[in-house]
Amino acid sequence: MRLFISSALAIYIKDLRIELRTRESILSILFFALLTSFIFRFAFDPNPKVMEAVGPGIVWVAFLFAGVIALSHSFVSERDQGTLQALMISPIPPEVILVGKAASIFTIIFIVELIMLPVFVILYDLPILDVWFGIIAFLTTLGFVSVGTLFSAIASHTRSRELLLPLLFLPAIIPLLIAAVASTNLIFQGSEIQDFSKWVQLLLLYDAISIVLSSILFGYVLED
Amino acid sequence: MSFWPAKNLNWSKEHFLILFTGLIGLVNLWMIFIWVPTERSMGLVQRLFYIHVPTVWVGFIAFGFVALASALYLFERDSKWDRRASATAEIGLILLSVSMASGAMWAKPVWGTWWTWDPKLTSVFVLWVIFIGYLMVRVYASSMRQAATWSSIVGIIGFANVPIVYLASMWWRSLHPELVTGPLSESGALHPDMRTVLYFSTFVFLVLFLSLTQLRLSMKNSEEEFEKFHKELLT
Repeated sequence: MRLFISSALAIYIKDLRIELRTRESILSILFFALLTSFIFRFAFDPNPKVMEAVGPGIVWVAFLFAGVIALSHSFVSERDQGTLQALMISPIPPEVILVGKAASIFTIIFIVELIMLPVFVILYDLPILDVWFGIIAFLTTLGFVSVGTLFSAIASHTRSRELLLPLLFLPAIIPLLIAAVASTNLIFQGSEIQDFSKWVQLLLLYDAISIVLSSILFGYVLED
Repeated sequence: MSFWPAKNLNWSKEHFLILFTGLIGLVNLWMIFIWVPTERSMGLVQRLFYIHVPTVWVGFIAFGFVALASALYLFERDSKWDRRASATAEIGLILLSVSMASGAMWAKPVWGTWWTWDPKLTSVFVLWVIFIGYLMVRVYASSMRQAATWSSIVGIIGFANVPIVYLASMWWRSLHPELVTGPLSESGALHPDMRTVLYFSTFVFLVLFLSLTQLRLSMKNSEEEFEKFHKELLT
């Protein structure tokens, strides 16, 4: 167990250190999320009534697209440098690699989401600075990442990874997106926890299932 | 195998299968379009029901089998399970497409819209997209083994997803009561003749599905044999 944690931590710290030195993906993801949220300003009628209705959707589509970029970045460098092979030969089980990689992707996406919060307040005047929104964002991002890391590892091995990742990833996270948007909508309307507790439960259920399935299946992806 | 065998050719199992499927298919068409009484409130368009419902049922069976065979493939690493899963997925995708198209044609005059995001439609749509992802992954993989492993993973995750999608869109709808629900509940209020046609048509589509899958599978088996032979020749 200690070996599990220490080797997962080693992969996690390695990924974050690379990110800290290059700042390659976090800046591009942040910029992409910013642009996505700007684009919606022009796509929809900027009348406050409309914004109230589409606000939660804008937030989650921006986060989702940013997440896709983060996921597709994560395995590309591993593959191009041949370090994925090195990880596979090292005497650690594949679940550990999954946990380490997923944790680093999670951290990057979550930091981007935190930075984006004030942007949504300024641009759309959304009541987004709410503890419950933070919890929903945490659970949703966890689900994104646990499914996405698996699909990203698959897509990174193929010729057209930029196309394949969203193609596999987006249908798989439809329930997450529904739960995130629906609960965010309720939070923005000032509802109490009992109104959206079932969505929190759905997020927890999805997270649990996707973490279990991903850790079982990740070994097969690395094997081939 | 040409479709119509020459006089001196042996009739294979597949020829009988095609012939049988064609015959009961004709009977099915006669029952759907001539024999069964017309529904009172919806009229002729209701006859699509006997194509729409069986195809979606058989499509779900197909997808369940794909997930099962995928899990068995990962467990046993025997390529026969992959061939079965992928042949089923191809035919299942066709059935689901037929079901969605016929459903949309029925919904336009009856609901006044081609499509709504009600739980059943949402889950079928997600299934359909996942089937496409399943087949796309196989195209982009660089080896047969990769194709088999990756598509199995997609099949399993997709299958686990469907009940959650159903749950999510059911709760979602309860927040948006303006969404239309179907006037047809699948059991109960059906006329006995209509039920007979529905069950017969389900049987016909099941046989059609099995025979198409069988044909596709025998094609895949020949491909695999050819690959093996080709490899042996090279070495």
